[in-house]
Amino acid sequence: MNIVVCIKQVPETTSVKISKDTNTLMREGVKSIINPFDMYAIEEGLRIKERFGGRISAVSMGPPQAEEALREAVSYGVDDAFLLSDRAFAGADTLATSRTLAKGIKKIGSFDLIICGKQAIDGDTAQVGPGIAEKLDIPFVAFVRKIREISNHSIKVERMMDNGYDVMEITLPSLITVVKEINEPRMPSLRGKMKAKSIDIPTWGLADLEIGEDKVGLKGSATQVIKVFTPKRGGRREMLEGSVETQVGLLINRLNDLKVI
Amino acid sequence: MSIKIDIELCTGCGVCEEACPFEAIKIQDDVASMDERCNLCGACVDVCSFEAISIQGLRKTGGDGNDHKGVWVFAEQRNGKIASVVLELLGEGRKLADKLGVDLSAVFFGYSVEMQTNELISYGADKVYVADAPILRDFNDEIYSKVLVDLINEYKPEIVLSGATAVGRSFIPEVSARLETGLTADCTALDIDTERRILLQTRPAFGGNIMATIICPDERPQMATVRHKVMKKATYDTNRKGEVIKKDIDGYGVNLRTKVLEVVEEIGETVNIAEADVIVSGGRGLQEPKNFKLIEELAKILGGAVGASRGAVDAGWIPYSHQVGQTGKTVCPKLYIACGISGAVQHLVGMQSSDVIVAINIDKDAPIFDVATFGIAGDVFEVVPALIKRFNEIRG
Repeated sequence: MNIVVCIKQVPETTSVKISKDTNTLMREGVKSIINPFDMYAIEEGLRIKERFGGRISAVSMGPPQAEEALREAVSYGVDDAFLLSDRAFAGADTLATSRTLAKGIKKIGSFDLIICGKQAIDGDTAQVGPGIAEKLDIPFVAFVRKIREISNHSIKVERMMDNGYDVMEITLPSLITVVKEINEPRMPSLRGKMKAKSIDIPTWGLADLEIGEDKVGLKGSATQVIKVFTPKRGGRREMLEGSVETQVGLLINRLNDLKVI
Repeated sequence: MSIKIDIELCTGCGVCEEACPFEAIKIQDDVASMDERCNLCGACVDVCSFEAISIQGLRKTGGDGNDHKGVWVFAEQRNGKIASVVLELLGEGRKLADKLGVDLSAVFFGYSVEMQTNELISYGADKVYVADAPILRDFNDEIYSKVLVDLINEYKPEIVLSGATAVGRSFIPEVSARLETGLTADCTALDIDTERRILLQTRPAFGGNIMATIICPDERPQMATVRHKVMKKATYDTNRKGEVIKKDIDGYGVNLRTKVLEVVEEIGETVNIAEADVIVSGGRGLQEPKNFKLIEELAKILGGAVGASRGAVDAGWIPYSHQVGQTGKTVCPKLYIACGISGAVQHLVGMQSSDVIVAINIDKDAPIFDVATFGIAGDVFEVVPALIKRFNEIRG
């Protein structure tokens, strides 16, 4: 069973704070991490490998420093890692990103299962996983919370829906995106850490991927951000004082005034 | 397209550095410079007082001169029942269609769905494209994508909207990728630039800390998934007339690689938090799993759903499907009551777009109070029972 895990390096948003004075983002010293949902993807890949054997590869598209995220993936037990990085890839929307990652995965070699986190915490789109599946013309299931069975030809999973779950079966090769409920990621092993230091991580650019410059990055993007602004925050911030009785009374009056109850 | 900083005009004041949401600008030697993180969003152009920054070669838009016309709403159903977000999309879709002077259509997949087709017309659809077959009863990404892609290629709408539900967020990205067009996830506002006939799609990014307006200038259709509860529901009028166009899907079920084996409704009594108008959430401040009963009781009185912080879920007090926040669900109810939740950023990003937020926490300095409309610094075990008592009195 050959597995590819797609990961993204994202800012660790715990350190993103909103400045009370200017109501803008304060991002000094923001650390980069592996997108939390991708940690579940890595863990699930490792568990499948432990049961069925095979190789597990990690791939990421990003700036050169995204290599750190790939090294971290190796420390958990990923066998090899590939970085897709090129100035031409910058500014990609989810469509251009999906195309680029699909080409990168093809170049890695034959695979049975691709695992992605359900979404990245900086963009929250959940679009790249399904996009990669489409570009590779393979079936997929999004929001997988449990793998029930894997055979040589198919995989049976539970996917989280808004009001319950569906049991799905798709043929292999295929792609799944996973949610937090699926597992609890492990800590890096000492051996993994050693390997992460020494492993050679190939960087593939535009010329390596058999893809046109007009299909990647900003040029290959269908969407374009035209404006960024700080959201208006909903209303006043009022601390209700007094005894519990008074506080509760005040609260109910306020909620009545706003017609929310 | 590129961004240019005129070093003659730049004073190194640093306003652009602060305005940049992507940390792409640094002031070095009293001049601003930009690195590859620049997304050409233009936030710096707007704030520069010296007109030192400009975006060059803005792409032309393909708004006119193409043959795509009309606004479509994907009318998701579960167990034959139209999802509530669809009614909101029809309300919003009507406005967009009127601005563009085009028809509003609904696209409806299911089995035995004639009655619902009439419903969609009563809610304002001028046309309903219907695919009615047993194989469409449950949500199968593969066949849903195929049918929708074919319909879009045949009838060429300029805008396609879907709810940002588990269904919409699962198969719509596949549809847009196959059509090689753009898709904007989780929109909270839509509008039309009437001059260029393009859809302005606004969505939260960085967990709601910033908002971005996104366009799809050249490709058609322009596609967006839209959050629950942010658009106004369409008005219902049974006198409305509409056209029904049936899509024949014979042969679509052959050689499918995807099978739906079982559909399990899990949440039952507790309302789905993504759609709830009122959410009462509990966190680690509840101390013990049995204390979640308080939260459930308050939620029940208010007709709301029960949410939880990651801490409470990780402690095993309540299932993951209730988790609000970065690794759980993003919610935007009319009323969110946070009980014993301190308000880690990961929680805040999942609920800060709620209309009214009430926070009850013993620690008056807890970050949850920064986003709360009304805060009560007090013991949840005193405040929540008092609230329950008062609500019970009011409701008699």
